[in-house]
Amino acid sequence: MSLISRVSVAAMLLVSMAACTGNNMPVGVTPISKEVYGLHMMIFWICCVIGAAVFAVMFYSMFKHRKSKGAVAADFHESTLVEIIWTAAPLVILVAMAIPAAKTLIAMEDTSDADVTIKVTGYQWKWQYEYLDSGISFFSALDAEHNAARQVGAGIDLTKFGDNYLKEVDNPLVVPVGKKIRFLHTSADVIHSWWVPDLAVKKDAIPGFINENWAFIEEEGTYRGKCTELCGRDHGFMPVVVEAVSEEKYNAWVAENTPAAMVAESDAATATAGAAEASADDDREWGMDELMAKGETVYNQACAACHQANGQGLPGAFPAIAGSAIATGDVDAHINIVYAGKPGSAMAAFAGQLDNAEMASVLTYQRNAFGNTVGDTIQPSAIKALR
Amino acid sequence: MSTAAAGHHDHDDHGPAKGWTRWLYTTNHKDIGTLYLLFSLVMFFIGGGMALIIRAELFQPGLQLVDPLFFNSMTTMHALVMIFGVVMPAFVGLANWMIPMMIGGPDMALPRLNNWSFWIMPFAFLLLLSTLFMEGGGPAGGWTLYAPLSLQGGDSFAFVIFSIHFMGISSVMGSINIVATIFNMRAPGMTLMQMPLFVWTWLITAYLLIAVIPVLAGAVTMLLTDRFFGTSFFNAAGGGDPVMYQHIFWFFGHPEVYILILPAFGIISSIIPTFARKPLFGYASMVYATGSIAFLSFIVWAHHMFTVGMPLAGEMFFMFATMMISVPTGVKVFNWIATMWRGSMTFETPMLFAIGFLVMFTIGGLSGLMLAITPADIQYHDTYFVVAHFHYVLVPGAIYSIMAATYYWLPKWTGNMYDEKWGKIHFWVSTVFLNVLFFPMHFVGLAGMPRRIPDYSLQFADWNAVASIGAFGFGFSQLIFVYVIFKCIKGGEKATSEVWEGADGLEWTVPSPAPYHTFEKPPAQFS
Repeated sequence: MSLISRVSVAAMLLVSMAACTGNNMPVGVTPISKEVYGLHMMIFWICCVIGAAVFAVMFYSMFKHRKSKGAVAADFHESTLVEIIWTAAPLVILVAMAIPAAKTLIAMEDTSDADVTIKVTGYQWKWQYEYLDSGISFFSALDAEHNAARQVGAGIDLTKFGDNYLKEVDNPLVVPVGKKIRFLHTSADVIHSWWVPDLAVKKDAIPGFINENWAFIEEEGTYRGKCTELCGRDHGFMPVVVEAVSEEKYNAWVAENTPAAMVAESDAATATAGAAEASADDDREWGMDELMAKGETVYNQACAACHQANGQGLPGAFPAIAGSAIATGDVDAHINIVYAGKPGSAMAAFAGQLDNAEMASVLTYQRNAFGNTVGDTIQPSAIKALR
Repeated sequence: MSTAAAGHHDHDDHGPAKGWTRWLYTTNHKDIGTLYLLFSLVMFFIGGGMALIIRAELFQPGLQLVDPLFFNSMTTMHALVMIFGVVMPAFVGLANWMIPMMIGGPDMALPRLNNWSFWIMPFAFLLLLSTLFMEGGGPAGGWTLYAPLSLQGGDSFAFVIFSIHFMGISSVMGSINIVATIFNMRAPGMTLMQMPLFVWTWLITAYLLIAVIPVLAGAVTMLLTDRFFGTSFFNAAGGGDPVMYQHIFWFFGHPEVYILILPAFGIISSIIPTFARKPLFGYASMVYATGSIAFLSFIVWAHHMFTVGMPLAGEMFFMFATMMISVPTGVKVFNWIATMWRGSMTFETPMLFAIGFLVMFTIGGLSGLMLAITPADIQYHDTYFVVAHFHYVLVPGAIYSIMAATYYWLPKWTGNMYDEKWGKIHFWVSTVFLNVLFFPMHFVGLAGMPRRIPDYSLQFADWNAVASIGAFGFGFSQLIFVYVIFKCIKGGEKATSEVWEGADGLEWTVPSPAPYHTFEKPPAQFS
């Protein structure tokens, strides 16, 4: 095989590897994502043409004008005309690129007339979704199995998760297709960024700010993304999963999940029953074993990322729970730091993230695990009294 | 004493002091240049080692080696070391060695300041690196130190800020020195438009540094008081504004990007004419293009922040301004190619690195143009596509220009020719591995892999494994560079004064190695 044919075979291999799906920006499922993909490919090809032209001239010169081939250096070193041409020509290309780019940008920023509004709040390291129209609100964090597999040295076979490793959550965001969905982005702690490539939606979630964004999804399906702004230790582990369903399915889902207080009067009876059930859980006396069992689950979801599964923390960054003065000391101080957080540190306020039973059980767990032996229990009713 | 006093009449023979105090007390621009360059070489391997830790963890999916928090501090430290500890000191070292010789001056204008600005650096980096061994570990919020995340770190953060202040003081003093030297020490009769382009690009770079380092100093000082003294500059709960930090940071950060590349433009503009045996094409337009890039660098900062939620008009402005940068940058590339055109080229190692720069910097420039398109940037932002882009402009850009400069001027510094065979091997091995390392990052970035993550989904596994192999290959091939440098220092074929057949400039009129003091009597050809 000649050198040229070998090089061309290698080049074709590379191009075909690169061209197969998964190596380029997804086209996506919204009108905006398709426009963005079109822009991306347009600039890409313009850049390829410019690059090819520049390199062709350069390599021609390198082969022709070399001393070993007897080339004698010319003496020209200035030409105002040429300088003007190669300043003006790129300007024309830039204007040609700028016009469609500006059009798409204007469309992207138009969040008016939305059908559904969802508030997305970033937490270290999970998302909270609040449907402002129906009052549905829940947290969405990395799926527990994936979370176990991604621990240092876990040694779990990742192939069983397929391509969705680290892209699976406990509670996905459910949205309707064929509707304009407006997202409001904010954060409870540090800056995050909510990104779903298939929707071409990426917006920073910034504490103290509310950013807007929108998507009009045309096809049903599950669309996955990630946090894209470094947000601390577990930045790589807060995926976004969006389930786009038909309008009927969406309405059914909303009806099923709308909290009791928001349900119209006709459903008053069931609503009262549901509320009574939750209230009963808060008011009854819980046993130690029950609190510890629930507490361990909650701890691994809400606390272990920083304080570690063994309660030892990471010295200097995250304090240990084992033997900690707070977790073995005054119960009110302990409740307070978990309930209200510690300003100026990574310790978040969990009042809005955990319900009464969850918070009571995790507090009890912290006081009686990892070698801590305080021996007391904290009842959900005590947390309820705080609210 | 009397003989020593008599000896003092003949200043030309006055050589360096003996022993280690030569290096500690030196005010000689060549000694200080050497110190800067060696410091930069050491830091290159420290920063590179951090990169290899990152690539080792990313070799396959799952977490095998390091805790995610340590991974974050590796990405943070790798950037800080490479930017402030490698590229900037190397350029200052080259400026120290070459600017006085290029303009026919006897030394830098402010020699004691020069000594001080170097000797701050080792201590600054000792402070920075020591945080890795403190409780809580090193900074892990990214090299941009975005608030509020950076404020969550341990108390070692104070050391990080202190070391950044040190680096800033060193840079500003170095810049003042370079400006003073260029304006006051030129050979009589040498006009500004007769200066070599390396001197021009450094003059502009020095002004950029003087303008923006104080902005960085202000930003990190506000972080310091937010973290330790209860202020709320960037704390929304206290009435502060986290986005303001990003605006201030990138008002420093974008000119900083050009601080890392303008001296490279000067180096390439010296090397290509030499090996094409033809004068630089469009000297004046090169100067104006550099000035335009420097000006534009001040009005494009928010293109790093297209996802923070700016008003539409702001996004439009920063998109158009950013696109404009490709015009003067394009002019430079075209001028270099026009310099090569109908020359009489040979391809010694410096020319190979210069051409490597030209090709791969252009690739990085074109992906930069893609990033300028705001709607597309919103998809690219904070993915490996961006990582690929800035490594293409920094590694085969800034780093290759420094390597090209080292091979180009090494015979002048040491008096010996370096080993051409090993120099060429260094170039080819580095270039192959570099592309294996960085090119696949374009693909995984476009396909949706965010940057700064220690673990990733399985569809990115193949390209990450490829990139990691490239990283180890590139890292270890730099040992060839060290070998060639030290072999050249120890001996080799003697270099002539001119060294290169097509070389033009005052530095090639003095003997090789350059005497300890040069141009104590100014050259006459300009007057």
